[in-house]
Amino acid sequence: MDEALSPVPASPKPVSWAGGFFDSDLWISFKRSKVTVIAAIITLLFFLLAIFAGLVAPQDPFDPAQLDLLNSRLPPIWQEGGQAPFVLGTDDQGRDIFSAIAYGLRISLIVGFLGVLFSAVLGIGLGLIAGYFGGVTDAVIMRIADVQLTFPAILIALLIDGVVKSVLGNQIDAWTILGVLVFSIGLSFWVQYARTVRGSVLVEKNKDYVAAARLIGLPAPVVMLRHVLPNVLGPVLVIATINLALAIITEATLSFLGSGMPPTMPSLGTLIRIGNDFLFSGEWWIVAFPGLALATLVLAINLLGDWLRDALNPRLR
Amino acid sequence: MSARKLALAVALSAATMLTAISAEARTLRWARSGDALTLDPHAQNEGPTHALNHHIYEPLVMRDRAGKLVPGLATSWKILESDKNVWEFKLRQDVKFHNGNPFNADDVVFSLQRAMAPTSDMKGLLTSVESVSKVDDYTVHVKTKGPNPLLVNNLTNTFIMDKEWSESNNVQKPQDFKNKEENFAVRNANGTGPFILVSREPDVKTVMKRNDNYWGKSAEVPLEISELIYTPIKSDATRVAALLSGEVDFVQDVPVQDIERLKSTQNLRVTTGPENRTIFFGMDVGSKDLKTDNVEGKNPFADKKVRQAMNMAINRAAIQRVVMRGQSVPTGVIMPPFVNGWTPELDKAPAPDVNKAKALLAEAGYPNGFQVTLHCPNDRYVNDEGICQAVVGMLGQIGIKANLVSQSKTLHFPLVQKNPPETEFFLIGWGVPTFDSEYIFSFLYHTRDAKYGSWNALRLSDPELDKKIESLSSETDTAKRNATIAEIWKKVQDETYYLPIHHQMLAYAMKANVDIPVDPENQPKLKYVSFKGM
Repeated sequence: MDEALSPVPASPKPVSWAGGFFDSDLWISFKRSKVTVIAAIITLLFFLLAIFAGLVAPQDPFDPAQLDLLNSRLPPIWQEGGQAPFVLGTDDQGRDIFSAIAYGLRISLIVGFLGVLFSAVLGIGLGLIAGYFGGVTDAVIMRIADVQLTFPAILIALLIDGVVKSVLGNQIDAWTILGVLVFSIGLSFWVQYARTVRGSVLVEKNKDYVAAARLIGLPAPVVMLRHVLPNVLGPVLVIATINLALAIITEATLSFLGSGMPPTMPSLGTLIRIGNDFLFSGEWWIVAFPGLALATLVLAINLLGDWLRDALNPRLR
Repeated sequence: MSARKLALAVALSAATMLTAISAEARTLRWARSGDALTLDPHAQNEGPTHALNHHIYEPLVMRDRAGKLVPGLATSWKILESDKNVWEFKLRQDVKFHNGNPFNADDVVFSLQRAMAPTSDMKGLLTSVESVSKVDDYTVHVKTKGPNPLLVNNLTNTFIMDKEWSESNNVQKPQDFKNKEENFAVRNANGTGPFILVSREPDVKTVMKRNDNYWGKSAEVPLEISELIYTPIKSDATRVAALLSGEVDFVQDVPVQDIERLKSTQNLRVTTGPENRTIFFGMDVGSKDLKTDNVEGKNPFADKKVRQAMNMAINRAAIQRVVMRGQSVPTGVIMPPFVNGWTPELDKAPAPDVNKAKALLAEAGYPNGFQVTLHCPNDRYVNDEGICQAVVGMLGQIGIKANLVSQSKTLHFPLVQKNPPETEFFLIGWGVPTFDSEYIFSFLYHTRDAKYGSWNALRLSDPELDKKIESLSSETDTAKRNATIAEIWKKVQDETYYLPIHHQMLAYAMKANVDIPVDPENQPKLKYVSFKGM
């Protein structure tokens, strides 16, 4: 994963980007862990597949005009009855499973990244404010966070999703639904960022450089963003990586439950929901390949996140 | 033990076993894809709602498993010799409602009037009725506005409620379903039917127990089920898994892709047959402009050429073969073959022709097509969502981009029924309990007003057509009436107001110890069920 590889230093000391990175502890620990290297390669492959879906996939599965019912439910190419170019077979609508995975991956990753970005911005902002100002502000924000922590994230996402959709009515298109998904996933994951950032801010704000910045009369937002924020980003990066996997899973769950992406513009979760109906009738490939893709992607990202957490943890060195 | 003692012991234990069997509690767990929308018998004229209510409530006249009219709460009915405008119903005596109240003419008068109330969805079936009056405790006269020889056919889903119960629970008026009103009768019931409601959790579970005082118990109606548990299971795979794992005994909506597998499973039985129901698309032909399209100031659906192009773009044979796996009969008219007025010529669908359809669209002024939102239920008809997706693809080939919104029928149907409708392009299905075209016309083609057109979401309003439709209910000359029916069909087919897809075929799957044939109206009529073997 690009982000995972990019050198965000855990210390305030700036590192020269190219040369410094390959000498850094991070790179050495990365090279030493075979599992992590494999996970990174797999993640990278998935990202490339999603980005270049238009070039790799033989079909645009979101364009209904390209689907032909007569090609529906073809088995994978190595089975009897399989047909080129449908390598992994087709679903009940004649959608090429490989193309659908590539394009669905794109939707899942867009939702995942935007969801993580949204929750990170929200969580970091609230965490900074709570930690820096303390007092009543801190109490209010952190109690809200505590209350939200008592609910599973998927429940909150379902709730927000339901409320937003009933407010918007049913005249909504696929891109609006994507926005709703990002919004509901973002809102259900901000707490972790807020708590982590607040903890780090409480430590950092009593250090001399912060006091110095305050003494020369810089306003609070500048102190928070220019001086405190860069020094609390390490843990945030770890959370963001692991949350990316969580956000993708949450999106898939919502879509599987039928409140996510519509069947005409399927994400991985929607594909699994569609395929689920064919579990008993022998057309296993409709559900198996999207499921496998989702599981592999999430596992790879999780492994990367785990490694990053250990690598950035000074106590484990 | 001596031989005699042994024989005695065997005989005794056999005897106890026998009594145990006859008194044994027999539960049938029944699952289908969606729940009844309400238990209020007159609030919704909808298939699964009636199918459930038929087990609790009863109409004056009902249909048996073969579709033949048989006496229900009325034992006989005739048009009076002295006044051709009056139907006389002789009522069944010694029938009690589930709460013990006796059934009599007051209940019938009350129920028919309730079914004609403004919030009733059954009123479209009773438009010809002028008044209902009690003659004596077991005789009722229904006066029609003109002679209506077919009135009895319209009463097979009009359930009779208890007047006293309705009054004491303040449900004299039917629930206003499309405005999301609730009343006592939505979750509670007091009928005369074979099963008594025990508990109801909408969309979760409905439990009924046998009505041991049921009047209709006979050799043909053994009423062996002592407890009936009705569970809606939306997901196809989960529903089939529930049957395979023995969690339910009878599945009414078998997904077409699983029929073969279930057939080959031991201890399971699958029955298939045609349903009296046609699946079709409708679109807003009456508005000046559409809200969900990308054409400014114009309604593309108002142009007949656009509708014909869409009709031509649909490859019905492909839908039948692929989406339905053969479990449908493609058609060109929204009328099942059971119905009076059906002809093979009407039934013929246009051959799919993408180039001709494109040319027609261009002629109508949309060479590049247009965009519109399509609403579709996903738990009502066999593979409804799959049909919609397939049609989205076929319309895409001629440049019409339909944005599909598929959702549960509880969200979908109000869009169609609201006034004005909140959908401009939708899929529904229509069954014809009266087996006559008039039923289709008055619900789906007549201008929407207080009595007619409650499912006409086309915003179609043609006074000339309305007049012809209204004349049907009082026309006694069968030849003349059939001529009018043919005339109306010719007109509406020529206009292509709806896009017919197919007549639906049904499959039921069940444990092998019961045999439930497919019912043409998809009402399984479980009082007929008897258990075979052990």
